[in-house]
Amino acid sequence: MKKLLSYRNIRRLYAGFFLLLFFLLIFLTNFRFMRGFEVALFLQLDPLNAIATFLTSWTIYKGLIIAVVIIISTLILGRYFCSWMCPLGIINQITGSILQKIKPVDAYKMNSFRTAYRIKYYVLTFLLVLAIGGSLQIGLFDPIALITRSFAVSVFPGVNFSTGALYLNQPVFYGGVLVTVVFLIILFANRYITRYWCRTLCPLGAMLGLLSFSPIFAIRRDVDRCNNCQRCLKNCHGACDPHSTLKTSECMVCMNCIEDCPEGALRYGLPAHKSAQVTSLDINRRRLVESAVFGLIAFPMIRSSVNAENIPQPSVIRPPGSLAEKDFLRRCLKCGQCMKICPTNAIQPALLESGFEGLWTPIIINSIGYCEYNCVLCGQVCPTGAIMPITVDKKIGSGGEKPIKIGTAFYDYGRCLPWAMHTDCIVCEEVCPTSPKAIWFKQVDVKMRDGSIKKFKLPYVDVNLCIGCGICENKCPVKDRPAIRVTSVGETRSNKNKMVLKENKI
Amino acid sequence: MSNTKLINRRDFIKKSGLVASLALGAGVWGYVFYSDEPVKKTKKHIMTVKDFRVEPIKTYPDIAVAQGRDVEAITKKVVDRLGGMSRFVKPGERVLIKPNASWDRQPELAANTNPLVISAIVKMCLEAKAKEVWVTDVTVNDAQRSFARSGIEQAVLKAGGIIKFPSSNDFVETDLKGDALKVWPVCRFIHDIDKVINVPVVKHHSLSKCTIAMKNLYGLIGGQRNLLHQDIYTSIADLATAIRTTLTVIDATRVLMRNGPTGGDISDVSEHHTVLASIDTVAAETYALRFLDLKVEDVPAISIAEKRGVGSSRLNDLHIAEV
Repeated sequence: MKKLLSYRNIRRLYAGFFLLLFFLLIFLTNFRFMRGFEVALFLQLDPLNAIATFLTSWTIYKGLIIAVVIIISTLILGRYFCSWMCPLGIINQITGSILQKIKPVDAYKMNSFRTAYRIKYYVLTFLLVLAIGGSLQIGLFDPIALITRSFAVSVFPGVNFSTGALYLNQPVFYGGVLVTVVFLIILFANRYITRYWCRTLCPLGAMLGLLSFSPIFAIRRDVDRCNNCQRCLKNCHGACDPHSTLKTSECMVCMNCIEDCPEGALRYGLPAHKSAQVTSLDINRRRLVESAVFGLIAFPMIRSSVNAENIPQPSVIRPPGSLAEKDFLRRCLKCGQCMKICPTNAIQPALLESGFEGLWTPIIINSIGYCEYNCVLCGQVCPTGAIMPITVDKKIGSGGEKPIKIGTAFYDYGRCLPWAMHTDCIVCEEVCPTSPKAIWFKQVDVKMRDGSIKKFKLPYVDVNLCIGCGICENKCPVKDRPAIRVTSVGETRSNKNKMVLKENKI
Repeated sequence: MSNTKLINRRDFIKKSGLVASLALGAGVWGYVFYSDEPVKKTKKHIMTVKDFRVEPIKTYPDIAVAQGRDVEAITKKVVDRLGGMSRFVKPGERVLIKPNASWDRQPELAANTNPLVISAIVKMCLEAKAKEVWVTDVTVNDAQRSFARSGIEQAVLKAGGIIKFPSSNDFVETDLKGDALKVWPVCRFIHDIDKVINVPVVKHHSLSKCTIAMKNLYGLIGGQRNLLHQDIYTSIADLATAIRTTLTVIDATRVLMRNGPTGGDISDVSEHHTVLASIDTVAAETYALRFLDLKVEDVPAISIAEKRGVGSSRLNDLHIAEV
């Protein structure tokens, strides 16, 4: 009879638990269920996020401190996170086992170490060098940010499209298919090599690999018992070569080799008298230096392109509470938590609006949604403080404090119904949430084409009151390109993106 | 080579049979689906709204008005003065309550109906043995936020009612037979219920001057509602003509005097501690104009609706009972 409480099954239990916890936390990232849960838990546990944001801005922000737990435990236990906790790793493993049907003899080949698996260390080096410069691109590749984003932008909306069970209204995302395609390619790569992503590209895997350069506990092979059958490779997650010199930086402590060894030669623990040698990193130092230098050279060039920091961009409307663009690009992981929780679907993954650096950072697109006046949820779920947690009072301004302005609305009078077509409308005024309303109107007599005189209410924006929430743009009946549109100018977070000298009465 | 192998009779017949049946299939396929239209048209089923009214009874007043600090009590008083909820809701019926819950605003800001008025009505409906009491509104702000922040969701659930959030799939093409509103997507809940109680709040509105009972019916339709502003009085009257509600209970406990219909500042609100009810939407609306210092002439929608026989705005001819 097979042992039920084997190492492998214990690991499977943990993996299942953390995967379900991940699904649950994403599900709870919703206005209806927000009760102070740590919905960003996985992003905060991820040491790469803590280290990279530390390098960009020299702080370990709030919840990111719990990454220390993973750092310390990895130093002791090895790179267990990948097989026991990482939702993307676990999904990759499951996908691999579904998609692959190979003979055991080929499994040995597939699960042995390849030099291509060094690439992740170069990716990590490059990204960390960029981070030191002040550009946080780690989120593009960090597995937790990647899978959170994929679930927020692709998987949950997709499930809702098929079942209608997750949202009241189907969310849609700007260029969302790009996120989908990346996610599906990563899953499909398991068709060829199990955990292709984890072994080859994952920068978190590389970071944890560095941390487990010499773990206290590791898989130990008893050289006397081992008859070199290589069955330990059959189900190996990390391709860490347990049959010869185990690479602790690659070993994901999946424990499969222990279960698969017919001789009982493998165990997990401290080294013993007859244990085989283990090694840590297997990387090419020349390549490593190359990638660091590549980052050093690339950074100033990347920074020489247009982003919303050096040239303010009209469509880069950041969620309320966002840091100034320079710091924002230092903090935003592009994890998509804010996109998941935004009740109006207004927060969207940017494409090139704020330069290549700003890919998938959150921007507000008012034709899709608008910033709900009394809502501050995006700041509550942001793990890195790119969007600061603010109170409703701070956002809408109370007790003489000025409200947070994310942009300013402008009329396109050539498209506005009362102005251009002498038709009653002022829906924008109706929905404007401030008191007094930022949108006001003049009642004027208009001579019509047939000579008759009619009264119309012609709307204006009071720039001093407008907070840029964009509900006017969202509800404007001129659907395709609304007659009132919000651009980022006047945003509170920027000292640069201004237009008025002082507040004037209109 | 193997593919040059001669075919035997059995295989020839088999193969011919297969090819013949596929060929026949192709022929039938072409015959059945040949069309002049590029896209197959499905016949749309267009619904009509049923009449939810009850018979007027002369012994009861046309309008019942009550003042007081206990909102639930005065709501109960006005309904009781009109004959009690059992006059409007028969046992086993499903009732839809339509508050104004359009905005993500706290109750004190008077942008939404007072939750206590709603809970009182839910309780009365359940006491009258209604099978289910549904509360719905097609809100302007996010529906879940608006119902939660207005306090209506909590009040309704506590009273035993059901909140129905309309999703984008919950609208069906319905013929409203109006001048401005013809076939329009209408919230499907209205087709699944027996009685409708309209529970608006009295608010200022820049374009239509006021939003009270008739305009509150906007919250039962979907589609591109923002187009209706282009002929707002006709569309308000169209709605009041198309959806003949069982009962109108107007919440004038807090009245939004300016900056409507969103409000947003406590100084925009004036407290009147009043609730009124009527089976005549137009009469109730006309009565409520006083809270906004408006006259019937200021609100053309009322006279359009009155001309169509929806109700009466001549308050002098009506029996108004203050309780």
